Amino acid sequence: MTNPAIQFEKISRHFGDVKAVDEVDLEIRDGEFFSMLGPSGSGKTTCLRMIAGFDRPTSGRILLYGQDVSDLPPFQRDVNTVFQDYALFPHMTIEGNIGYGLMIKKVPVSERKRQVDEMLDLVQLPGFHWRKPSQLSGGQRQRVALARALINHPKVLLLDEPLGALDLKLRQQMQVELKAIQKKVGITFIFVTHDQEEALTMSDRIAVFRDGKIEQIGTPAEIYERPATTFVAGFVGTSNLISGETAKRITGDARMFSVRPEKIHLATANEKIPAEMYSADGVVREVIYLGLYTRYMVELDGGETLVVIEQNLKSTSMDVLKAKDQPTRLLWSKDHINHLGA
Amino acid sequence: MLTRISTYFYRRPNLSLALLLGLPLLYMFVVYLGSLFALLLNSFYYLEEFTGLVVREFTLRTYVTVFSPTNLGIFGRTAGMAAAVTIADALIAFPLAYYIAKFASRRARTWLYIAVTVPLWSSYLVRVYSWKLILAKEGILSWFINLFHMNFLLDWLLSLPEIGGSSLSLSPIGMFIAFCYIWLPYMIVPIQTALERVPKSLIEASGDLGASASQTFRKVILPLAYPGVIAGSIFTFSLTLGDFIVPQSLGNSRFFIGQAVYSHQGTSGNIPLAAALTMGPVVIMIIYLLLARKTGAFDAL
Repeated sequence: MTNPAIQFEKISRHFGDVKAVDEVDLEIRDGEFFSMLGPSGSGKTTCLRMIAGFDRPTSGRILLYGQDVSDLPPFQRDVNTVFQDYALFPHMTIEGNIGYGLMIKKVPVSERKRQVDEMLDLVQLPGFHWRKPSQLSGGQRQRVALARALINHPKVLLLDEPLGALDLKLRQQMQVELKAIQKKVGITFIFVTHDQEEALTMSDRIAVFRDGKIEQIGTPAEIYERPATTFVAGFVGTSNLISGETAKRITGDARMFSVRPEKIHLATANEKIPAEMYSADGVVREVIYLGLYTRYMVELDGGETLVVIEQNLKSTSMDVLKAKDQPTRLLWSKDHINHLGA
Repeated sequence: MLTRISTYFYRRPNLSLALLLGLPLLYMFVVYLGSLFALLLNSFYYLEEFTGLVVREFTLRTYVTVFSPTNLGIFGRTAGMAAAVTIADALIAFPLAYYIAKFASRRARTWLYIAVTVPLWSSYLVRVYSWKLILAKEGILSWFINLFHMNFLLDWLLSLPEIGGSSLSLSPIGMFIAFCYIWLPYMIVPIQTALERVPKSLIEASGDLGASASQTFRKVILPLAYPGVIAGSIFTFSLTLGDFIVPQSLGNSRFFIGQAVYSHQGTSGNIPLAAALTMGPVVIMIIYLLLARKTGAFDAL
């Protein structure tokens, strides 16, 4: 069995009194697309910077394929980074930028040229050799930054919110492309993002960060369907959290549970309740028509408000808007609730 | 009323622009370039030796005088001094500017910035005269050197031909020291500004791609700071070329361009020769700027 690509052993990083990263243990497997997801200030970027070597842990060890790299400077680590602002060298051509790592390693010019060509093909920018970074669009710079890192064949590639500056369409396109490139080169990718959709789209596994600690690690489906904590349930997608009296009335158990808005079916007020379903009665307070789907805010008889999403498969905006202020019965499968710890 | 005026200007952007730029442009062309042109014109007149009057007819005979061995010597000496001062200032300024731009904390940066610019608040004459005292034979510098028993080094320096002299304040070395001090802020500020514009991520990226600190410095930091160095060198070089106070107060009796111009237009009233001599630094600066442009220093501007 091969060593994990990255292993954190009780890693902490303090900035003065602030514990940016607090005793994190983490294992990232060889060849996986791993995302670190969390709001800003949750410690995900600090973790990435410690892997790259730009920051040193206050305590703990970082292993790269079994080798302790905690005390190695960035230029001695076999990892490369794609920066949030791309960090392309403005005084060099695209060829100079991509070939930078090889030039430092004193790879002969002809060999360097051949590999730069190969990389430009990989990121679909053939013939861009002599342009300057300032002449490229955001998406193109992004690709150059990727090529510049990949040409060194790092053991691990670190990506620090690289899609943050791109517009939505381009971002979605790059998500697909990044994933394809990762499959092609087979390198372990560690991807930092605060965008849950991005993490769900690309990752093999996701770690959700909060206040310097990891809340949950799992596959996208696990994180989404079975959030371990209320924080994960709220940060990844939208969740309805139900606890106390209402929870007891619905499930017969006062433990808090979450249910996703799209799992809930909006039925008529006196529809029959199938045996495998839970139900709750209430009144539709708000109808928000969003084209592809409609979002309903339903006030339960107990006082809580639940979010329900239904696709507009057959209905039009005229139909859905009629639901406002109507009594309704919410139904969802018993499999679709998820009990949460604390 | 005010609303109507602003609406009026809003509808006539060209008029607003003309009003804004009119006065500065008038100043630029009439006073600034005009005086340069007058200078050029004067350099083609000549001074009648016997009458001591300026003859206003086109001639190149003043320029023939400019190319006399004495005047060429003055040009060479001044340009050499300007080059030496520029190089020394760049070497002193770079580490300091780098520290201010990249390592100092916010507070430290403010204080260092003030420390760099504070000398500019005091009169330049006062500073030159204080250097005269510092560098004098019985001055504080000699006393200090004496304290560390380094007299032999000072004596050896002063015994060098061309740049030596009887004491530091009476030698070109002393003049060089004073020049370096006086123009140093003009070198530090542009370099610091250039370095501040280099994002930290570029330096990290270089290290990430395998470059050691010295490689990063040579391949990334230095090329990006280069426009700042060039901008600073334009200041130090041209200011040294034209200065006449420092050569008059320090150093030996050999003339620098500024002094020569000063004495020609003042005591002997030879304005054509003073004008022609002034064209020297102008030409030298034009050549310097063209060379700087060739190296790509202005690409980043």
